Amino acid sequence: MENIINFTKRVFRGTQGTFLGLIVLTIFFSLASPYFFSARNFINILDQVTVLGIMALGMTAVIIIGGIDLSVGSILALSMMVTGWVWDAFGVPLHYACLIGIFIGSIAGLINGLLVSYLKLPAFIATLAMLSAARGLANIFTDGKQIYGFPEWLTNLSVVRHFGFIPVTMLVFIFLTILCWFLLKYRKEGRNLYAIGGNPEVARLSGINVKGTTVVVYTISGFLSGIAGILLTARLNTCVPQAGFTYELDVIAAVVIGGASLNGGVGGIAGTIVGVFIIGVLRNGLNLLGFSPFVQGVVIGAVIVFAVALDTFKKKER
Amino acid sequence: MSDHLGLEVKKVSKSYGTAKVLNEVSFEVRPGEVVALLGENGAGKSTISSIIAGSVNHDSGTMTWKGQDYNPSSPGNAIQKGIGLIHQETRLLKELSVAENVFVGRMITKNGIVDFNKMNSLASEQLKRLGLEISPKQLVKNLKMSAQQQIEIAKALTLNSELLILDEPTSSLGESETNFLFDKIRQLKKEGVSFIYISHRLEEIEQIADKIIVLRDGNLVSSYDNANIAINKIVHDMVGRDVDRIFPTIENESTTETLRVENLNSIDGSFENINFSVNKGEIFGIAGLVGAGRTELVRAICGADKITSGKVFVDNNEINISSPQDAIKNGIVMVPEDRKSLGLLLEQSNSQNISIANFDVFLKSGWVSPEKIKNFSKKGIELMGVKGSVDQNANELSGGNQQKLLISKWISRKPKVLIFDEPTRGIDVGARHSIYQVMKQLSESGISIIVVSSDLEEVVGLSHRMLILSRGVQKNILTNSDNISRVEIMKQATN
Repeated sequence: MENIINFTKRVFRGTQGTFLGLIVLTIFFSLASPYFFSARNFINILDQVTVLGIMALGMTAVIIIGGIDLSVGSILALSMMVTGWVWDAFGVPLHYACLIGIFIGSIAGLINGLLVSYLKLPAFIATLAMLSAARGLANIFTDGKQIYGFPEWLTNLSVVRHFGFIPVTMLVFIFLTILCWFLLKYRKEGRNLYAIGGNPEVARLSGINVKGTTVVVYTISGFLSGIAGILLTARLNTCVPQAGFTYELDVIAAVVIGGASLNGGVGGIAGTIVGVFIIGVLRNGLNLLGFSPFVQGVVIGAVIVFAVALDTFKKKER
Repeated sequence: MSDHLGLEVKKVSKSYGTAKVLNEVSFEVRPGEVVALLGENGAGKSTISSIIAGSVNHDSGTMTWKGQDYNPSSPGNAIQKGIGLIHQETRLLKELSVAENVFVGRMITKNGIVDFNKMNSLASEQLKRLGLEISPKQLVKNLKMSAQQQIEIAKALTLNSELLILDEPTSSLGESETNFLFDKIRQLKKEGVSFIYISHRLEEIEQIADKIIVLRDGNLVSSYDNANIAINKIVHDMVGRDVDRIFPTIENESTTETLRVENLNSIDGSFENINFSVNKGEIFGIAGLVGAGRTELVRAICGADKITSGKVFVDNNEINISSPQDAIKNGIVMVPEDRKSLGLLLEQSNSQNISIANFDVFLKSGWVSPEKIKNFSKKGIELMGVKGSVDQNANELSGGNQQKLLISKWISRKPKVLIFDEPTRGIDVGARHSIYQVMKQLSESGISIIVVSSDLEEVVGLSHRMLILSRGVQKNILTNSDNISRVEIMKQATN
């Protein structure tokens, strides 16, 4: 038991504030709604945050190096539509089609990275352009139409519960989370991201390949958005070109609530996951209490301000 | 009250904390006079000019201007009274027009709307007064450096300045541009404008100045009523000190070459055709004035800036220096001039700062653990005696300890060549001494050291041999046993 506590402490080091916030929210909704505190609802929440969470993993790396990726929602839709289109129009087997979709997502991310590091565009502009272009492309392939009628195994990824409770989509999320956590914490490349975000020139003079690393980070963000696109297709059992619209905002919010700084150099996977769950729990809890999505938007806005203000305040105290 | 028509400075003193930067300095500037203000870096020249221009307050002493007590509360106040300071680096808004720059902060308006016609015609009047053929509508970013500086002067003239302080006005100007500037100064002198002229280029003083005053360590050490003074004598006034600082004696008799640089050329002309070699354990100094290309040269050697041509050899093997990675891999590392913006991750831990450049040294694979990082960094911190813990953030350390942290980051990987650019800038005497001791130890352990410093005494005190740069050109390589005189070095560096 003590080991488990120590390990949990280590994983969530530096995220106590937000972690506490998550616990407070959970207690609040448990008291306010009789349906909230149940294994079934928790699985439900986990299911709802899967897509958001996977994109947030890539966004964490992007924000740590001092960048931003506004295009994740559009890349999700692009990967999704490419997958559906090559399957539907050319008869490519669906599992290959999924790989092609993820590949295209990675290429979109690669382009972001090249624009930022070699053309020296501000990340905000480069990925804003990609937000527009990828969304446009997602619509072009099918002229804005949806694709449906996929083989059953695709839907089963999100429906069939293994070990009695967990679908493949969730397993993918958990696996990727652990992988990213390890890479960021225990690989030298992961440590380098913090140096680049802290001061790119210091990082360069210390012998770090800043340009190359930047390209890789944006490519990974595109790759993960691609995977998120496939998982969302499985959940919806449909390809919709409007999918993932404004997701970038929730993703950035989750990473920032999780303690990352938009100035770069600060952040981590554990914090981001807490941030993702704060958003997930808020949406789920407010839903159960009968609040509309409009109210949810207002509350999430307030939470972002509160979380970041608290963080800034803590820094000043030191 | 005085009937003096120019500026009188009487016994002005200024301290920052316990450091006295100006000690009862007195001098005068009469109308139509050019007074050259000379001294080494840190002698107090910029402090006294900032006091006169109203951006710094003095502690004691008095000033009078045109017979009135003069105590400017702000630069704006000084300008109103007719005294302006023109900085070494021009401070113009590059995206705005010449006329807008001249009138920035006091745009002429008509019924609340900016009156561009009036501003353009007034600006063009002043430009003509300076004999400049520049359209007031042109954008400043399209002008040459020299023209930009003249805009600054034109701006000061529309402010009806009667005393202009010029801080290193010719540091970025060529020969003909310098002559042009001098013509303008002479012309304005006739109109009664007076100047305080600060420059490191001693040879030009004779051409332009009427009087010379020399500052050293905050004291006015000499003043001359004419400018026909031998450069030797002035240099002696500038660098002569009563007590020499103590530098460790560092023996080196190695003749094994570690680093050799052949015909190195910079991309922007900041240095040309540099050739030198550094032996094992040798301390090699690079001396020269600010802007001579010292920093640019060492940055190129450690791969931070690109070169157009030239070769670098380590242990007689030619190496590629197209990125810092290449240089570091081959054992060339640098402790940069500005540790806050180029050396340290200020908001991150000391262990992160030390380990970030050394994963390849202490990791067999690419996997790290917090324990490994901690142990490696701890060794580095202990090696240099940094007063701080591995978990502390770098910005919580004092300047001296930050410098030590930076040195331990690099010596942790046992480099072959360690470059120090301004190793003791902004560091107190105690830490300075321990950094000299570290250099001695490193040298004795066989690491070659290159020292760049604006502090001439430091370069002379530490180096076995030194290269003298003047405006990017290699002047000479002197061996310390030749009994190098600082006067001689200064003379070559200002040439």
